[in-house]
Amino acid sequence: MEKINSFLSFKKSTECLCARVECKILRSHLLREMEGAWEIAFVLFQVWLSIVVGLIVLPAMFGVSLGFTDIYIKVLVKTLEWATLRIQRGQKEQPTLPSQSANGIIEKDDGSMEEEIGELRRSHPKNLAGGDFTMCDAFYFCKKGIENIVEDQVTQRFTSEELASWNLLTRTNNNFRYISVRLTIIWGLGVFIRYCILLPLRITLAVIGLSWLVIGTTLVGLLPSCNAKNWLSDLVHITCYRICARGLSATIRYHNKENRPKKGGICVANHTSPIDIVILANDGCYAMVGQVHGGLMGVIQRSIVRSCPHVWFERSEMKDRHAVAKRLKDHIADKTKLPILIFPEGTCINNTSVMMFKKGSFEIGGTIYPVAIKYDPQFGDAFWNSAKYNMVSYLLRMMTSWAIVCNVWYLPPMTRQDGEDAVQFANRVKSAIAHQGGLVDLSWDGGLKREKVKESFKEEQQKMYSSMIVGSDFHEASVGPA
Amino acid sequence: MGSRASSLLREEDIEEIKKQTGFSHSQITRLYSRFHSLDKGENGALSREDFQRIPELAINPLGDRIINAFFPEGEDQVNFRGFMRTLAHFRPVEDNEKNKDPTSGEPLNSRTNKLFFAFQLYDLDRDDKISRDELLQVLRMMVGVNISDEQLGSIADRTIQEADTNGDMCISFSEFTKVMPGKAIDITADLQNGA
Repeated sequence: MEKINSFLSFKKSTECLCARVECKILRSHLLREMEGAWEIAFVLFQVWLSIVVGLIVLPAMFGVSLGFTDIYIKVLVKTLEWATLRIQRGQKEQPTLPSQSANGIIEKDDGSMEEEIGELRRSHPKNLAGGDFTMCDAFYFCKKGIENIVEDQVTQRFTSEELASWNLLTRTNNNFRYISVRLTIIWGLGVFIRYCILLPLRITLAVIGLSWLVIGTTLVGLLPSCNAKNWLSDLVHITCYRICARGLSATIRYHNKENRPKKGGICVANHTSPIDIVILANDGCYAMVGQVHGGLMGVIQRSIVRSCPHVWFERSEMKDRHAVAKRLKDHIADKTKLPILIFPEGTCINNTSVMMFKKGSFEIGGTIYPVAIKYDPQFGDAFWNSAKYNMVSYLLRMMTSWAIVCNVWYLPPMTRQDGEDAVQFANRVKSAIAHQGGLVDLSWDGGLKREKVKESFKEEQQKMYSSMIVGSDFHEASVGPA
Repeated sequence: MGSRASSLLREEDIEEIKKQTGFSHSQITRLYSRFHSLDKGENGALSREDFQRIPELAINPLGDRIINAFFPEGEDQVNFRGFMRTLAHFRPVEDNEKNKDPTSGEPLNSRTNKLFFAFQLYDLDRDDKISRDELLQVLRMMVGVNISDEQLGSIADRTIQEADTNGDMCISFSEFTKVMPGKAIDITADLQNGA
């Protein structure tokens, strides 16, 4: 009996031992395989990184283009033209497909209040010599109201521009219905290219660019103030922004480079998205102005201010207009500091128009260098609809568009003339920018994106109308029935 | 973006609205996009606040009256059908309609219906008469604070005197029609045909 027991226990212990040894062998097997896989992944990553650095980052830093982007854009243009033709052909064959017309739905008469009410009254059977009230005056307001309900000048600026023809991105899909197999295949191919090839590439570039900015500026910040420091700071900034621009497949054309903003001046541009900064900083160095942020933005802000002076305001400081103006004045008075970059609209507009410029930047004095930026919506919509997308989803949308193609025009410098107040000066600059960029010049405030319109505008309308009907009334009152 | 909103509008609905209002297919889809972009609450209906968000309408002296015309009696929401019905008044008048169906009643954009729309801008309590008070109220909306009460009163009195034919010191719809110049109706917002 004892012998059997001891044999059984011996058997059990050897079995346990065997099991444990087997486990250990399996585990080391797996680990080796995993390590092998990790090694392979690591090697692939290194290869990938060196390709990116060698072919994109280094040329970008030196401002050299290897021509990849140009070829890409050319192929893209050809593809989109083909797609447009295909869609148009498809629409002719299927008449129920609504055609996309970017034209307005209204025939608008753009006369002034006086002209239009005058026209209404001229057909009045009683021939009046202007002035006085007639019941058909209400038609004018009614017509304007209905026109504005169908299509108004302001609310359309806060959403993305409608494209004349589809550019093979799902997000701009307007009534697209299945037209042909080839079109769908190209669209599918586009999705694959954008999300699986371009997106990782662009994210890598963005990460490299931003980390280089933070590290580089912090290192430069350690140097004592001297010419070399400024030169290095400019170098770090420009190279970083160039890398970021490649990270968006940005093709930028600069016009009239002789008007580039100089030190001690204020650069003023129309605002479409945060990317405007990257676009402008690719061709010059600017001092940024803005609110202090937390998070990643805050890190970037704190580091770049070490290498050259930027103007960052605390939230509380922004409310004090005099303090803000003083700091900006001090900055531009120092001729060694970089020109300030300001976006006077105060908010992002969809790049079809320029809205009211806030007069603050125009009261400081100094030379204003206006810049007009116009994006080509065919390749990617740069507008940041902050109500709809937060910064991260916006950047992802940017990085999964085809490309960012834009034109930048440097306009001749302007200064405030005698007898011109800040508002008039601001409007003059705004018109110049709108004219150059082919944008609609609006006087509406971009703040209407979030706020209600001021009552004073309604009162202006009422005043204008009153003066029309009071005219002959005054005469009658004085001559009136005895 | 509103461009994908048109996929929420079914073909049957579009056909029905086409018959009722006379708008073309593409006009209806465009106006649906517009309706959708105004509908911030995304509940398929517009409230008065949604209209007020249009700055140019908010500063229109008669803005409130125009917005009111979209909402049926006592209601606070207007759906897309109602929206289109009201807008249909502003299509250009068609003199030669190919399929003039005598049994379908008058089209929404007929001269009479356009005039009635304008009449209702004045007739605040919808009792089919424009009284002196109602006229004064609308006048006050249009001129703001710039004209005194007496002056405004005399303007109102004179207008009623000119138009009133049956001596009841109010303007009925037929009296209103007679005072309106014929051309004025054609000038009302011309929504492009077949745009």
